[in-house]
Amino acid sequence: MTVDDRFEQDLMETVRDRVIDPRSAIITGPVSDWATDFSHAEPEWAADPYLIQDELRERCPIAHTERFGGGWLPTRYEDVAAIAYDTDRFSSRAIIMSNVRPPLELAPVGGVPPISSDPPFHHDARKLLLPAFTKTEVAKQEQATRAFCHALIDELQGQPVIDAARDYAQHIPMRVIADMLGFPPEDGPQFREFVEHALEGVNAPPEERVPRIQKLFDYLLTQIRDHVDNPRDDLTTYLINIELYGQKLAPTHVAGTMSLLLIAGIDTTWSAIGASLWHLAKTPADRERLVAEPGLLPTAIEELLRAYAPVTMARLVKADMHWNGVDMKADDWILLSFPAANRDPAQFDRAGEVVIDREINRHAAFGLGIHRCAGSHLARMELRIALEVWLERFPDFSLADPAAVTWATGQVRGPRTLPLRIG
Amino acid sequence: MKVKINAERCQGHGRCYDLAPGLFGDDEEGYGQVLGDGVVPPGEEQTARLILANCPERAIEIL
Repeated sequence: MTVDDRFEQDLMETVRDRVIDPRSAIITGPVSDWATDFSHAEPEWAADPYLIQDELRERCPIAHTERFGGGWLPTRYEDVAAIAYDTDRFSSRAIIMSNVRPPLELAPVGGVPPISSDPPFHHDARKLLLPAFTKTEVAKQEQATRAFCHALIDELQGQPVIDAARDYAQHIPMRVIADMLGFPPEDGPQFREFVEHALEGVNAPPEERVPRIQKLFDYLLTQIRDHVDNPRDDLTTYLINIELYGQKLAPTHVAGTMSLLLIAGIDTTWSAIGASLWHLAKTPADRERLVAEPGLLPTAIEELLRAYAPVTMARLVKADMHWNGVDMKADDWILLSFPAANRDPAQFDRAGEVVIDREINRHAAFGLGIHRCAGSHLARMELRIALEVWLERFPDFSLADPAAVTWATGQVRGPRTLPLRIG
Repeated sequence: MKVKINAERCQGHGRCYDLAPGLFGDDEEGYGQVLGDGVVPPGEEQTARLILANCPERAIEIL
C-alpha cells in the first residue's frame, strides 16, 4: 500500500495567486446611483436590497457598476434564468463578486468545485457529491437535527429575550455540516469566522484576505490529515478516497470542495432560518396560522425561501458581447440575484408580499440549471425542523427591538442579530 | 392523464417528489423519477397540475 502524501504540502502555495492579484481598485462608500454604481457590499444593500432591486427592475433591469472592476446586476427573473442556463457565455470560475478574478487557467475546475466548475468537468465533480445530499439520504439526519434543536432551546428557555440568529439559527447548520464532514462540533466559532471572511470580506485588501484564507486552508488540512491517518465514515474520508477519471482527487479539489461544503452549508441555512423567524416575529397572523396549522409549514417554507432567498451567486462573462441590450466585456462580473428574480412581478403574483399559503411557487432560491444548490434537500430539512421545533417550544414571540436586527452584507443575506421577545 | 419528467431539464430540485410522493420519487442522485407508468390516478389531476406549475426547471410534462 502506498502512502497518501497528497496533503503534505501547504495548499496555500498553490492557491495564493487566486486570492492576491486584485485586478481592480477597491471602491467602497455610499452608492451614487444604483443603476450605474451598485454594490452588494454596502450597508444600504444589506438593510433592504428588495427596494433597490424593485426600483432597478422598473428603471434599469440590467444595472451596471464600475466597482469590483466592472459588473452587471440583472433583476428580472427572465434575465437571471437566461444567465443561469447559459454556461457557454457565463463562467462559474468565480462565484463571489470581489476585486479578484482567479486566473483563466483555473477553469473549468475553479477553486471550490463543483460550484466553481464549468462543463464538462462540472457534471463529473458534482456527481461525486449528489448521493450524499438526496432527500432520502438527508432524512437520516432528521432525528439528530430535531434533538439538537430541542437541546439548543433547552439552554435558552427562561430568557425573556433570545438572539435567535446567534443562539439558535447559526448553530443548526454548523452542527449538521460538522457531523457530515467529521469535524469537531466544538469548532463552530471558527466556522463562523471562515464564513464571514469568505462572504463578507469582499472589499478587504489582499494583506487581510491572504492570512484569512491561509487560516481556512490550515484548518482544512489539519482535518484532512487527521482523516488520512484515521479514516471514518464521513464526507472528508469519502473525498480523500474517491476517484475521478481513474485518479484520486487533487489536494486542492479535496480542500476546495470541503471549504465549499463548510461555508455554503452554514451561512445559507443560518440565514434562511433567521429570516423566517424574523418574518414570523413581525407578522403575528402568519405565526399564529402556522402554530394552528403545522401542516402548512412546508408550503410556507417555500414562500419564505422565495421572499427571503438568502443566496446570490456570481458569474464571469467569458467574452465581449452584446447581451440583452448591454455591452458586456470579458471578465465583467454578473451578480446573479436569485432574490431579485424571486420578486419579479412578471413571474409571481403579489411578488412583494409574503403569502404563506402560496400554492404555485416556481421560485429560484436554490438557483436554476446545472448549479442547482446541491444541498437544497439538506437545507429544506434543517429549515423545516428548526421552525417546527421553535414554533412548538415558543409559539408566541415578537421582535424585541426591530432596530437592533442586523443583516449580513454581501451575497448571502440573513439576520446576524435577531433579538426576539418570547411570550 | 399521464406525467413525464424531461430528464434533460430536471436538476433534482425535488419539488415533484416533495409535493406528490405518490407519483414521483428520487433516484440515487436526487433527480426526479416517475413512479410506475406515470398514469395519474383519478382525482389526482389537480395535484399533477400543481407539480407542473411548481417545477423550477419546467421539467414536468403532462400527456
